[in-house]
Amino acid sequence: MRQQSRFVLSTLAFGYAFLYIPLVLVVVYSFNDSAIATVWGGFSTRWYGELLRNEQILDAALLSLRVAFTSATLATLLGTMAGLVLARFGRFRGRNLFTGMITSPMVMPEVITGLSLLLLFVTLQQLTGWPGQRGFTTIAIAHTTFSMAYVAVIVQSRLMSMDESLEEAAMDLGGTPLRVVFDITLPLIAPAMVAGWLLAFTLSLDDLVIASFVSGPGSSTLPMYIFSKVKLGVSPDINALATLIIAVITLGVLIAWMATRRIR
Amino acid sequence: MPGHAVDKRDQAWRRVAVAVPYLWLLVFFLAPFAIILKISLADPVIAQPPFTPTFDEHGDLSASADNFRFLLTDKLYAVTYLRSLFMAATATVLCLILGFPMAYGIARSNPATRSLLLLLIVLPFWISFLLRVYAWMGLMNNYGVINNLLIWLGAIDQPIQLLYTDFAVFVGLAYSYLPFMILPLYATLERMDLDLVEAAQDLGASRTRAFWDVTWPLARPGVIAGCLLVFIPAMGEYVIPYLLGGPESLLIGRVLFDEFFVNRDWPLASAVAIVLLLLLVVPIVILQRNQAKDQGDAA
Repeated sequence: MRQQSRFVLSTLAFGYAFLYIPLVLVVVYSFNDSAIATVWGGFSTRWYGELLRNEQILDAALLSLRVAFTSATLATLLGTMAGLVLARFGRFRGRNLFTGMITSPMVMPEVITGLSLLLLFVTLQQLTGWPGQRGFTTIAIAHTTFSMAYVAVIVQSRLMSMDESLEEAAMDLGGTPLRVVFDITLPLIAPAMVAGWLLAFTLSLDDLVIASFVSGPGSSTLPMYIFSKVKLGVSPDINALATLIIAVITLGVLIAWMATRRIR
Repeated sequence: MPGHAVDKRDQAWRRVAVAVPYLWLLVFFLAPFAIILKISLADPVIAQPPFTPTFDEHGDLSASADNFRFLLTDKLYAVTYLRSLFMAATATVLCLILGFPMAYGIARSNPATRSLLLLLIVLPFWISFLLRVYAWMGLMNNYGVINNLLIWLGAIDQPIQLLYTDFAVFVGLAYSYLPFMILPLYATLERMDLDLVEAAQDLGASRTRAFWDVTWPLARPGVIAGCLLVFIPAMGEYVIPYLLGGPESLLIGRVLFDEFFVNRDWPLASAVAIVLLLLLVVPIVILQRNQAKDQGDAA
């Protein structure tokens, strides 16, 4: 263990404070009794109660969870295939285009992805009548498209770090390539698929811009609802909602972290 | 997979595994760009959908570069693109200045601490982006924590305007995109052989010299990846300037959004998107080359 320089240590301290102080303050202020979100008026949990009585929030949260579940599952299916193709199939015609289409959605500015998908849905509707109205289906398709890229990259890098000897041994023992995929490869990459699914799920829950483009009237996801409220300024019930989300995610990530440490 | 007769069913499986994701991306990723291009050449009309068809009722091609001509001649748009470039570049530099020493410190810490430190970098990334930006609204408010603290310390006696300024946008961008900078930097720094730095120092190089001559070149793939992963999405950022920036600080993501939803000028919004995409093609290609090369080196 080498001694860290004082400069590095102080940057680390500053960096982590920078990352976490805003979150801690949101949590603290969610227990603020005052309706003016910036003035401290004593401890209270009243905003949590108001949250549970707010049907708009509950509807939006339900839509977000349905979209996230559907798109994460589809993205894991498609992304795993794509990762397998990239890592194990060698060269084939159109591979460069394929790689480009996989990695580009990850860096594409959201406004472009959102606009392009909406225009696609409008054009499809003109030509075929589908999708009749925009909402759950169109948001789920949009989220699948950008999150499958993340799954593909996770699965691909897992496959790259694994050597092919197990798969080759199974083939030498007479397994057909298809059986080898299902009996050997898929169980080995299962952790990567779980990680990919979780990432796709969070990305979908988190997305505001793309959903704003491809959703129709009457279907608001949770981020769309939150955005419409915080546009007007800080609001105490959003602090409470944020605290709940921070708590659930922190707990989930911590559990996952401890579980992977135990496996190692 | 050499040395094995591949039977028909396996051929079919390979085709399916390639074709399904391929088709999905062609339809939902590539085709939409063709449609954006097509609509950017149309004229806006008051109709549903609000643009002229590519072929008029006589079957003649009706396309014009009017929207692009307008974008290039109207000063507002040029200024907005430049402002976006400047804001994204500044945020990238801020992330690099803060992120490099952090990634270095994490890579050099002992394994048990390292995994906790990394977890703490990744955790905010899982927590809602929107809510993290929102957290800064409460902090930088005129009656928010920062102003109250400064007044309490006696540094100022009137609240200073922090929220709704460019400063707030820089802070928000740096805050939101910092993990994207740290993770690729960490990945290259962790692979780096520390003995090389020590060797340079043993041979008489100063610490600064050893950093610029040894550490920095070795960290370059990580620096390039980190910078582009911050710069590219920051260019089109919509939420951060909307919530933290002032009304006069128009960025291109906001302009695109407003042209589309407020002015309902779909063709102009499409043209704005095409020009933004053209500005980003070069950084995106560099990023993909860099990643491919880096993967080749690691393997």
